[in-house]
Formats: sequence, structure tokens, C-alpha cells
Amino acid sequence: MSTGAPPTPPPAAGPQIGVDEWVRRSGERITGPAGLPGHVKRAADRTPPFVLLAAFVAVAACIPFMTSNIYIQGVATDTMLYVLLAVGLNVAVGWAGLLDLGYVAYYGFAAYLYAALSGSRILTGQVLLADWPTWKVVPVVVGATVLLGFALSLTTRRLRGDYFAIVSLFFLEIFNNFTSNGDRWDWLGLGGTHDLTGGTTGLIDTHPWRMVGHSLLNYSRDYLWVALAGFTVIAVALTYANRSRTGRGWRSLRDDPLAAEVMGSPVKWLMMLAVAVGAGVAGFAGAVNGAYYQQVSPTSFSFQLLITVYAMVILGGVGSLGGVVFGAVVVNVLLEVLRFPNYAGWVFYAGLLIALVAKVRPWRLLAAVLGGVVVFGVVVNAIVGAVWSRGVHGPVAVGADSFTQHGFRAAVLHHWLVLPKNTYEVADYHIGNYAYVLLIAMVLTLTVVSGWKRYALLVPTLWLAAFVWETVLIEQSPTTRPLFLGVILIVLMTSRPAGIFGTPRVEVV
Amino acid sequence: MTAPLLELRGLGVSFGGLRVIDGLDVHVVEHEIVSLIGPNGAGKTTVFNLITGVFKPDEGDILLDGQSLVGLDPHVITNRGVARTFQTLRLFLNMSVKENVMSAQYGRTKSTIVESMLQLPRARRAERQINAVAEEKLAFFGERLMGYRWNQPAYSLSYANRRRLELARAMATEPRILLLDEPAAGMNPVETHEITELIGKLRDEGRYTILVIEHDMHVVEGISDRVVALDHGEKISEGTFEQVATDPRVVEAYLGTAATTKK
Repeated sequence: MSTGAPPTPPPAAGPQIGVDEWVRRSGERITGPAGLPGHVKRAADRTPPFVLLAAFVAVAACIPFMTSNIYIQGVATDTMLYVLLAVGLNVAVGWAGLLDLGYVAYYGFAAYLYAALSGSRILTGQVLLADWPTWKVVPVVVGATVLLGFALSLTTRRLRGDYFAIVSLFFLEIFNNFTSNGDRWDWLGLGGTHDLTGGTTGLIDTHPWRMVGHSLLNYSRDYLWVALAGFTVIAVALTYANRSRTGRGWRSLRDDPLAAEVMGSPVKWLMMLAVAVGAGVAGFAGAVNGAYYQQVSPTSFSFQLLITVYAMVILGGVGSLGGVVFGAVVVNVLLEVLRFPNYAGWVFYAGLLIALVAKVRPWRLLAAVLGGVVVFGVVVNAIVGAVWSRGVHGPVAVGADSFTQHGFRAAVLHHWLVLPKNTYEVADYHIGNYAYVLLIAMVLTLTVVSGWKRYALLVPTLWLAAFVWETVLIEQSPTTRPLFLGVILIVLMTSRPAGIFGTPRVEVV
Repeated sequence: MTAPLLELRGLGVSFGGLRVIDGLDVHVVEHEIVSLIGPNGAGKTTVFNLITGVFKPDEGDILLDGQSLVGLDPHVITNRGVARTFQTLRLFLNMSVKENVMSAQYGRTKSTIVESMLQLPRARRAERQINAVAEEKLAFFGERLMGYRWNQPAYSLSYANRRRLELARAMATEPRILLLDEPAAGMNPVETHEITELIGKLRDEGRYTILVIEHDMHVVEGISDRVVALDHGEKISEGTFEQVATDPRVVEAYLGTAATTKK
């Protein structure tokens, strides 16, 4: 049906490729994460940072008024310490791009120094060092930690990437070795041994902060406020630092250290500065830690703490101050919830459901998988019940060592899952362990099969996950907590590598 | 003849057993544009790396205004007044366009991190200065790096604009001499023509002294006061474009010996 006349191109509807307008509006097309996280992120981007800070501090400061539950107040204080740690780590890791694995050593150093200067004792009763007032101790601790940051990074100032990471990890190991074995310090063989650090028990009965004539003895509440006050000052200072020439220097050396150096930025100095500023934040957190927990010991400053803080920074979004605060709050509250089987169950099942809803499309498939899981469970339950009746009527864990046969959860699980009666009976106990290994194998298989096989395998895998959860993991929070962290990080890595509030970075174009 | 602004005296460097630069003497007088040409692997970029302190020379001296630059850290050399661009672009891709330029003002401002944290007057003054310099340098390129582009990440720029941005960044270090490493590489003919004009404008309006590596002979012809030809790390010819381009040794270096008879 040719009409002979050349078709006239339709008038340009909106911006076109190659036209400047297209470039100008490229930001609008980068919509960022979709769904709820996207809305939250866009709302957070619109709000001025200091308004967010004020809102966060106001809400957190009111926690002691909202609940008289000492445990919740304590969790809030722990969380604030984690927030401080994450914010400090973000300086070196997020802004300057240095993989500082020795970070926790600064925290520990500060806590020990606080204990030594403000008064504490070792188990055998000897009072250590000074009994300084807090207004003197805290600046000295923070200053000394900053100096330690400079001193240690002086040795790593020429190192980048993996080399820097390994050497800084070495600092953490030295610190842990020193504090664990510092009770037999022999001054290079010059007469006798001395106890400097209290060894593996550490220093106990550290004195509380004393301010305007009062000792801060209401631990959960007072140190929450102290940490919040410090956080406010630190967050404002770091925000300004990040906007300054120093902040730009950090970001430029993160992107391209050689170009930064050649463009006039003293890269080695900026690296040292980033480590030292981060150490200073950890120093303040350490001074709160030493008083708040009333003791310091090497186990508090372990590699596991480092990994937890890293998980917070990565989850929230490396380089985003608000993001790492969010990450610290979420991770610590989540880890705390996992201590309680009753709540942990909700977290576990909700997490599975959210992951399924996010990943399994279309909804018919999702419905099929969920229905399949229910049917599969009921069938297995019926079979096992017929052969081995006590296997399906075991108690349901609701606390660290408490079980129940009643309630909604128990009713559901008794008809759907297999619950060996006593998980502490050796034979039954092994069922859980074998199932755990089988679960790992099945999850790994899931990642290599595709198509209908994946969804078919997903059904027994989900059921088995619930089985492993109810029989083994729910009672083993020390194991489950790092396991959860690992799962969160793996999921995040595949879905959103920049973290929830992080800006995706472009390495090569 | 006025004293040279930049002078390389008997410069030499080896990587392992390979003699990359050998006894090189080059000088650049103030407000002059000198082109460094030579076949691939002649050592041109190595000369830039030696001047900017990325590599240390084994022998010889590099003088800026009579003072030696040998052994100084790259950022110190930059602050003495030497700025460069890179053949393979090295922008801070995840920083905004304006921040890329602002970052180059680090060496020209003094405020410490503590002053910045407390927003003391000196820090505020420094930030105002950095902003003003960055905007001025970006305005040098007309509309191309202005307005909405300031806040876009550098990775969103086109190739030609990245070249311009790198130039703006080098200018923001407030150098006395600009080292441009193949500014027209990867540009289309129109953009190449623009770059040629721009380099002239840099000298005339920006009052910069320029040492430029360039492969495009039209550009070299259009901008150079003087041309230095390198081959295997040695200077094989020096003079005006016509002198160097017709020098049999240069022709030989580029085309091989048979070409001389053809000419």
C-alpha cells in the first residue's frame, strides 16, 4: 500500500538521543532502586542531611522515655556504639576507599586506654594507673587514638588495595595478641613480669564517666545519651569534612590515586588522615565502651566485630553517612532479635517470603511454589507421622532453653514440619545436622540448575530450610547470627552491590 | 634568548635492561608551545612521567625555572607549577564534573580538616576560592562543561568532553606549564580542529606554556612554535615543524629507510 510520497517523520516527541537535552535528563532516567527502598532513598535524598540527623537523634534520645525496659535501652546503647563504629569506618573505607581491616584495634585501644586512665582493676585486685576525671580522659583517649592511627598508617602509607588490607589486619592481630598476653609483660627481660592488660580476662570494674559532679551510673540510658551527643558532633563534623577539600581529596584518591597525586593532592598524607580520622571516631566510641560495659577484654575486639561493622557499612551503602547509620541500626537490631527464637522465627519466615515475592515472578509461579511447599510439608508430615509418630510431635522452641507444645506456631508446625521430640537426644540431634548439610547442598544445586527444575527443587529446599531452622538454628543464635549476616551480604551482593543507600560506582567506562 | 621555563638536561632512564630515555635535552621557553613527536614507543609519555615525578630519572636533571624537580613527590611538582593530562584519560569518574576540577585546587588552598569540620573562616574562604576557580576553568570551554553538567558524574560525559574536563582539571592546579599527552587522541576531525584552536587559546588567553605530545600532524603543524622528535628515547630532530617534518631521520623513524628514496 505505497502512496508514493515519502513518509514524513513524526515530530520529535520529547528528547532524542544525541541531543543535549537527552544528556541533561539522563539523571531522570536513572531511577535508582525500585519499590520501597527506592522511595525511601529518594525521600532521604530530598531531605537536608541535618534535618535527618536531628530527627534521628531526637527519636533515639527519647528511647529511655518510651520504654523503661532496661534491655531495650541497652540494645539502643549497643546500637549507638555500632553506629559510631560504622560512621568511623566509613571514613577510611567509604570515602578514601581504603580496606582498613585493623579498624577494631583502634576501638579496643581506646577502650583499654579509657579503662587504664579513668581507673579499673585486674582480677587479682591491683588498681591500674590513674584515676583521671572524664573531661580529661576522653580528649586524651581520642587524641591518642588519632595519633595511633597516624603512627600505624605511617607504615602502610605506600600500600594500596589488598596489600593495605593485609597489613592493617595484622595490626588487629597484634592488638589482640598484646592484650591477651599483656599480663606477662617482661620489659624486654629487664627484671620480672608485669600485668599491663589483665590478659584474657582484661580490665574489670572500670569507672563510669563522671560529669559535673555526677557519675553516669544509669548505664543503658546515660551512655545512650553520651553516645548520641558524640554522634551528633561527629556526624556534623564529618559532613563538613566530606564537603571540604579534604573530602574531595579522599574521593579522588579512591577513584584514581595516581591521578590524584599528579593533580596536586598529597595522597599518602590523605590516606593517613582518613585512617586517623576514622580512628578518632573509634576512639570516642572506645571511651564510651570502656565505661558502659564496665570492663574491657580482648574478646570484645575480635575479628568478628570487625566483620559485623563491615557488614553494617556495606549493607547501608559504602560512602553514605546516612546509609551506614541505617545499616548499623538494622544489622544490630536484627542480630539482637535473633537471640529470641520467638521473634527470630518471624524474621526468618518473613525474610524467606520477601525473598520469594521479590524473586519469583509471575505471581502464578509464586503461588505454585508456596502451595507446593505447603502440600509437600503436609505429605511428608503424614508419611513421617505414620512411620515414626514421635518425630512429628516434638516441642517448638520459644526461648533459649524453653519449649512449648501449644500455640499457633506449634499447631502449624505439627501438621506441616517434622519435629523430632528431643533435639538434645544424640540420635535426634544428628538429624538436624545431616539436614543442615543437605540443605547447603540443595541451595548450591539451586544456583546451578535453571528453568522448571529450579522451581521444582525450590519446594523441598524451602521446606528443608524450615526444618533446619526449627530443629537446629533457632536455638543456636551464636551460629545463626553470623550465618544471617553472610546470607544478607550474599543477597545484597547479587541484588544491589552498592548497598541500600550507596551510590553505584562506575569503575571502567 | 630568555632562560627556559622547563629544561631537561641529559635525562636518562632504564626499565630493567631497556634504555627508555637516553641523554635527552629539551627546553621550553615561557609562553611557547613545544610539540613532542615520535613513533609509538619512542618514550614520549615516559618523558612526561619523568617530569611529573611518577618515575625517577636514573641520570640527568629536570629544572623548572632553574630549580630541580628530581626526587620530589608528584604533588609537590604539581604545586611548583607543572600540570598534565593523561593519554588514557584518568578522571575521577565517580565524582561530579565540577568536583573533578575542584579536587585539583587541593594544592592551592591551605585550610586543614579541623578548620573544615568547624567551618572556620579560612575553610569557608578556601571553599569559595575553589568554587570560583573551578567555575572559571570550566567556563573556558564555552557551554560544553557548564550548567547542568556540573553536578553530573564524570562518567556520564562523552569522550570529547572527558578530554576537555581533564584539561580543565589540569588548569585548576594553576600551573605554569601544561603537559598535554595526546589531547586530540580519539577525537573526530571537527573536535580535533577545535582542540587545535583551544591549545592556541590556552597560550594566548590562558598565558600557559605548553609541552604537548601529539600524533596528529595537522594539530602539530597548527600549534607548534617548535617541534622535538624522539625515537628510541633519543632526540633525533628539533626545530620548526617544516624543519623536523622534512628531516630525513624523522621520516626514517616514522616510515623506515625505503621511504626516503620515495620522497
